[in-house]
Amino acid sequence: MVLPCAGPMTSHASEPVAPGDDNAHFGSKEDNLRWYREMLRIRRFEESAAQAYTRGKISGFLHLYIGQEAIAVATKELLQPHDQVVAAYRTHGFAIAFGSAPGACMAELYGKATGLVGGIGGSMHFFDRKHQLWGGYAIVGNHVPVAAGHAFAAKYRGESGVTLCFLGDGAVAIGPTHEGWTLAGLWKLPIVYVVENNLYSMGTPLSRSIPVEDITLKAAGYNMARERFQVTSVAETKARLGEAMRLAREESRPVLVELITYRFRGHSMSDPGKYRDKDEVEAWRRSDPMERTMQALRRLHGISEEELEAIDEEVIAEMDEAVRFAEESPAPAPEARFHNILAES
Amino acid sequence: MALIQIRHAIRDAIAEEMARDERVFLMGEEVGHYNGAYKCSEGLLERFGERRVLDTPIAETGFAGVGIGAAMCGLRPIVEFMTFNFSAVAFDQILNNAAKIRHMTNGQFSVPIVFRGPNAAAHMLGSTHSQAFEPFYAHVPGLIVIAVATAYDAKGLLKSAIRDENPVVFLESELMYSVKGEVPEEEYLIPIGKADIKRPGKDVTVITWGQGVPVALRSAELAAAEGIDAEVIDLRTLRPMDTEAVLTSVRKTNRAVVLFHGWPYGGVGCEVIAQIQEQAFDDLDAPVLRVCYEDVPMPYAENLENLVLPTAERGLAAIRAVTYRR
Repeated sequence: MVLPCAGPMTSHASEPVAPGDDNAHFGSKEDNLRWYREMLRIRRFEESAAQAYTRGKISGFLHLYIGQEAIAVATKELLQPHDQVVAAYRTHGFAIAFGSAPGACMAELYGKATGLVGGIGGSMHFFDRKHQLWGGYAIVGNHVPVAAGHAFAAKYRGESGVTLCFLGDGAVAIGPTHEGWTLAGLWKLPIVYVVENNLYSMGTPLSRSIPVEDITLKAAGYNMARERFQVTSVAETKARLGEAMRLAREESRPVLVELITYRFRGHSMSDPGKYRDKDEVEAWRRSDPMERTMQALRRLHGISEEELEAIDEEVIAEMDEAVRFAEESPAPAPEARFHNILAES
Repeated sequence: MALIQIRHAIRDAIAEEMARDERVFLMGEEVGHYNGAYKCSEGLLERFGERRVLDTPIAETGFAGVGIGAAMCGLRPIVEFMTFNFSAVAFDQILNNAAKIRHMTNGQFSVPIVFRGPNAAAHMLGSTHSQAFEPFYAHVPGLIVIAVATAYDAKGLLKSAIRDENPVVFLESELMYSVKGEVPEEEYLIPIGKADIKRPGKDVTVITWGQGVPVALRSAELAAAEGIDAEVIDLRTLRPMDTEAVLTSVRKTNRAVVLFHGWPYGGVGCEVIAQIQEQAFDDLDAPVLRVCYEDVPMPYAENLENLVLPTAERGLAAIRAVTYRR
């Protein structure tokens, strides 16, 4: 339930909630099969990307989403045609979930002409307008007011579209975030800000970066509604995020949502994650939404190991093909560096 | 022709474009109910309403970002900075979003937005409120930078800026908002990227823009009294620069002075001089000189400020030097 501004604090963010195994956390067999496959597609895509990075095929920064996939998958199913999603630099999952071709995504990481943005942006600057992914922003927090601008435009034109703006817990301290939230609240813009709280701002835990434990307490100061929960399943995430989007769409009410989640990999490929111990990571693995969905498929729907294996093989084949496409694609033409700097008016 | 103040030329340009195009709107601090800190938006709220003339809180990063986000959706925001000194806190939005989004998205999005407001020193405002921002913005590929010095140029160029598909930084002058100039009754546009010869001459080229223009013209008058015929070129657009206009003049006069409001180090003046020496080196009969701020933060005290600012007398001294007259 989306709470009004004031409300009690919920779970302690540094320890995972032990999710219930009751069926209410899961959807139908068809839902779970679809969600499992989509989460697996993101995970296998990123594992392929990580391998390519290790082989020196990809350079720059590569921030993996592994562990957080359920959020992108739930978001995809909530989008209506005029909605747009603005995210930061941990964005591969959104692109894959929203329908961007894995080959184009991989080619972007490879810096190839066939990439999502022609090899101009790289991992941190994914934009796929056709699939409602409006960035792709790598300066922490500077997309927060831009996303408010998308919502402003919808309201200005009287359109029904909602903007969903994802940011990390590491973007909560910086100024542009608060100026964006101020204007969203002041002008009652149809926007949902979703803080993906994966507990670490790079290597710094929340306790050393944000003065309150519950980030949604900040909503009160911006006249935003608020919602906060740990992501343990696509079903629950979809239901609760969907309610936030309904408020934004139907009442033009900005909402601040905090999703407590966990990334199993480092902040980027260069981060071995020495600031957290194995026990902590293992505890979170037990509430990994993808793993739990797989278990539900076995337990609730009687899906066999062979069937699960077959899904995985299909997904791996799809991502192998994406890698092949990226490797065989041409580099951008030399003159491409001059393109799209200014529009010809 | 009507004789109007620059502030009214700016207001009329905004009003005409808002009337013409529903996508155009104005936002900034005090632009609505207060009618603009410098009255450049006088009457616009009354005419167009709160939907299209938006007072913002003091949150430049916030409203610059909202403007960029709205522009990506196809609206055409005009964002007023009460002074460009305050654009410093929105610099990241202009540098990393407005200037980069078209490129970074491989052309999926454009950012048709105008950032406008007064630039450079006014009178006794101290170091934080007296800065010229064109070097910061003209440095950036992906931006258009315009600086205007007459009512005619302000109206014609602002209308072009609002219609342009690109992000435009539009620099005005607090000291010059009351300066009157003739403006045609009928609609006109001035193309972006074209310099204007504000005074023709044959002995020396004075390249200038914005608040430097009236100073350069007075220097030319003083020089004329000594028999030196100076040509004054107002760049009007700083990026992209009308290099051809500069070179054509320098090839004729063989001597050049760059006169502007701003610091010498790494500024637009350096770019002008680099273009001249790269492309017209053999045409030069003297080193190109700069007349601009001294390389210090602007002091408040009147006597000290006057020492730092470019003046007609300093302009004359430079003109004498490059023409080897003492």
